Amino acid sequence: MSDYRVIEAKSSVFFDRYERKPELQQQTHYCPGCGHGVVHKLIAEAIEDLGLQDRTILVSPVGCSVFAYYYFNTGNVQAAHGRTPAVATALKRSHPESIVIGYQGDGDLAAIGMSEIVHAANRGEKFTIFFVNNAIYGMTGGQMAPTTLVGQMSTTTPWGRRPSNEGFPLHMAELLATLEAPVYIERVALCDNKNIMRTRKAVRKALELQRDAAGFSFVEILSPCPTIWKMTPAEARNWVAEKMLPVFPLGVLRDRKLPPSGNAVPPQHSVAELLELAAPGEAPSTLQPPRAPLPGLAVNIAGFGGQGILLLGQVLAEMGLRAGQEVSWLPSYGPEMRSGSAHCHVCLANERVGSPLVEHPQVLVAMNEPSLRKFAAQVAADGLVLYNRDALPAGFSVPQARVYCVPASEIADRLGAAKTANMVMLGALLELTHALPAETALAVLQTKVRNPALLEINRHALDAGAERIRKAVPPAILTTA
Amino acid sequence: MRQLCKGNVAVVKGALLAGCRAYYGYPITPASEIAEAAAELLPQAGGTFLQAESEVAAINMVYGAAAAGLRVLTASSGPGISLMQEGLSYLAGAELPCVIVDVGRGGPGLGNIAPEQGDYFALVKGGGHGNYRNLVLAPASVQEMADLTMLAFDLADRYRNPAVVLTDGYIGQMMEPLELRAHDVPQPEKPWAVCGTPETRQNLITSIYMEPDVLEAHVRKLEAKYRQAAQAEARYELYCADEPEVLLVGYGIVSRVLRSAVDLARAQGVRAGLFRPITLWPFPSQALARAARRCQSVFVVEMSTGQMVEDVRLALDGRVDVEFFGRVGGNVPLAEEVCQELLVRMGMTVDWGV
Amino acid sequence: MPSEPRGKVTINSNECKGCGLCVDACPPKCLELAPELTPYGVHPARYLGSACTGCGICFYACPEPGAITVYRMMPPPKSPATLSQEANRAATL
Ligand SMILES: Cc1ncc(C[n+]2csc(CCOP(=O)(O)OP(=O)(O)O)c2C)c(N)n1
Ligand code: SF4
Ligand code: SF4
Ligand code: SF4
Repeated sequence: MSDYRVIEAKSSVFFDRYERKPELQQQTHYCPGCGHGVVHKLIAEAIEDLGLQDRTILVSPVGCSVFAYYYFNTGNVQAAHGRTPAVATALKRSHPESIVIGYQGDGDLAAIGMSEIVHAANRGEKFTIFFVNNAIYGMTGGQMAPTTLVGQMSTTTPWGRRPSNEGFPLHMAELLATLEAPVYIERVALCDNKNIMRTRKAVRKALELQRDAAGFSFVEILSPCPTIWKMTPAEARNWVAEKMLPVFPLGVLRDRKLPPSGNAVPPQHSVAELLELAAPGEAPSTLQPPRAPLPGLAVNIAGFGGQGILLLGQVLAEMGLRAGQEVSWLPSYGPEMRSGSAHCHVCLANERVGSPLVEHPQVLVAMNEPSLRKFAAQVAADGLVLYNRDALPAGFSVPQARVYCVPASEIADRLGAAKTANMVMLGALLELTHALPAETALAVLQTKVRNPALLEINRHALDAGAERIRKAVPPAILTTA
Repeated sequence: MRQLCKGNVAVVKGALLAGCRAYYGYPITPASEIAEAAAELLPQAGGTFLQAESEVAAINMVYGAAAAGLRVLTASSGPGISLMQEGLSYLAGAELPCVIVDVGRGGPGLGNIAPEQGDYFALVKGGGHGNYRNLVLAPASVQEMADLTMLAFDLADRYRNPAVVLTDGYIGQMMEPLELRAHDVPQPEKPWAVCGTPETRQNLITSIYMEPDVLEAHVRKLEAKYRQAAQAEARYELYCADEPEVLLVGYGIVSRVLRSAVDLARAQGVRAGLFRPITLWPFPSQALARAARRCQSVFVVEMSTGQMVEDVRLALDGRVDVEFFGRVGGNVPLAEEVCQELLVRMGMTVDWGV
Repeated sequence: MPSEPRGKVTINSNECKGCGLCVDACPPKCLELAPELTPYGVHPARYLGSACTGCGICFYACPEPGAITVYRMMPPPKSPATLSQEANRAATL
């Protein structure tokens, strides 16, 4: 009696019995002669031979292979229709040591999931996609797929696929091969013994590349669907050879190492460092207790983008914060910024700020005429208006408020830094309201302006604004202009 | 140390403190600063930031990272939230914890980018398909953007369910003091996660249950979980709510306006109080019913045409008169406007004194 | 006595779906679909009992993970002496 040794048998990567399957737990749920089963076998064998079973996470799609997790004794995640590459992206990035395999059909990958596959490939995600192209929607009963051949019948192309109506079959391997990042792209077919063995090689190679962290690998497998094609398994296999191969030529479309690229490496910090958290036990913050309770203040600052409107508000809010006040800063945002106007609301208060929207500002800083005209009427009775010109526009008045004309932009120009007009206004505002100690303005600016020369100009700007108020013409004269 | 911080940035800081090290998202005004802060901070803490190709991809990346056992964050605004609804349904179905921030803007359609609260139905009532719930938290300050994001991670893990921070463009864009404390966040064990390790090899993340009885059992299990959350997690805040004659109800930025409106109304001699739901799902129905017990009326204000007001009416079950006032399109109601509206509905005339 | 075939196959009729792909694929045509039906109602593949070369082609043609097992006859095991001789040769190469 000779000694027979097993040379081909069910891979140990498959469950012995498919206990996740509700019935017939010895067999797959695929139709007789379906290509999915063959692809499963080739993948399982490669996982086993490469010793990757414990590290593998299989992402199953929506399509006939939705239940791939019945069979693979690996980690399993089931994804929404077409989203396998997105799910796989995060799985692989979360656990770079894992082997992530995405399994997708042609509807899943090339129709609903086109965007996800292209972008995952383009990012060079370091996982592997096995793309089973059977030119039809199997699971839903035979509707057209993006890979359906011209003239091919389906339940939604009753006269055959007509390019005038449905366009042409999509060539996914070629399409992805236009991208920089993928390291391996090959199209293979399950049309005969020889090609099945080529498929076996391609599957293995793709997983070896992932094991070696080479980059994105992709194998398109032309696969029979005898049921929907209404053929015997043998006819279906021949149909792959005769009809699909001429449209989807086989071969390696990409096989190369990723060229080294200049990747900046982010510095590493602890969360405490990143968030500037106080060390446990350290005295809370550097708050200077206010010398005398400061008055609350509601300010509206308005002008056009580029005048440092938002920054002026931020500095004011930050000053209040440093003085131990409750503060809020509410900006205009989005296209409004782009259209040219900008404004922000600042509340300084001694208790919790209610609405951060300033309905009746005690101070309006109007950096241009449209802002003045738009917001002046809202200023509170006995409020203040700081206007960025020598005089109010002819015929315009703000009867309920005191108006100070501070030509901040001109003053800033004279200082040689037009950008500091906002600080001229801040200097004026602080001088007028005594809302906050002026020296904190400089302390706050030190954290925002790194260039010492520029900081010096900002100091001059603050001084110039204050000086202007000290020498100001009494506002009553101006408001009656 | 108290720092001046933008609401959107506070979300990321809270997430970092909560142990979140993964962000997948797609930019949209007024939520983009969340992505930008995550892009800056997470990689420096050894985490992952990835700008996805769409919100559809982003939410499915969240699905992948959550399946892998990570605390993961994404953020968007109305149009992007619509695209994420499919993913939310899958996340809830597969019992994957994650945190989604919606910085609300004007809708429907492209609407505008100004603040609105029109996404209440979409997130509190569902939006995706099937029998599931999101846990929904509504911050009203920059501090709460951080604090409730941290809480959202805890709740998401506790219930193995997506948790949503539902806010708006104003809370996201405004700056206020933020105080963060270093503290050890116990990261929960996730023995169910799929990590590509021998210990997790038998694990399966899925939301498909083909057998009706099996799916029913699964949905019942989710239902029981939601019942438990409804019992344990309702949160709210009261202001001037001892025996008010009228109770104002609003969440998020509106509750800030209502706080000022309550002060104005009191100055007019109206005993007004404020009830602010902090959790929108579960809705603090019992607490609201208690607070409104002796009120003549309840005055609900939203930046919508009336969404949360339905939950208020359900909670009060016809026992108290419910009035509604809403502004939309990105208009934020002003405190004076609200107060005036309130007094008019109470049959009073307004005297602003000036 | 006819020389023993180099290979043999066994087919698990619990797993076989009777698709016939193995029958088509086998080069020496030593497989067939059995006339009798399995409890699933299919004609399972079976080995004709001779001529199998153990090439494994049927295994890869078959979509079912465990339907076919292929065996090959192994040469008699080498004696320890030959093994160490080979090792020496390898070492001097
Ligand atoms: C969002 C969504 N749309 C539609 C479906 C229905 N659906 C399930 S599978 C499928 C097509 C599957 O075809 P393919 O990817 O080619 O896989 P096959 O079944 O042929 O293996 C469709 C449209 C779904 N599950 N989800
Ligand atoms: S329908 Fe087609 S693809 Fe689906 S299992 Fe059957 S043969 Fe396979
Ligand atoms: S191993 Fe080769 S020869 Fe033997 S039955 Fe299979 S295909 Fe035929
Ligand atoms: S290929 Fe497999 S399933 Fe098909 S008849 Fe042969 S053994 Fe049976």
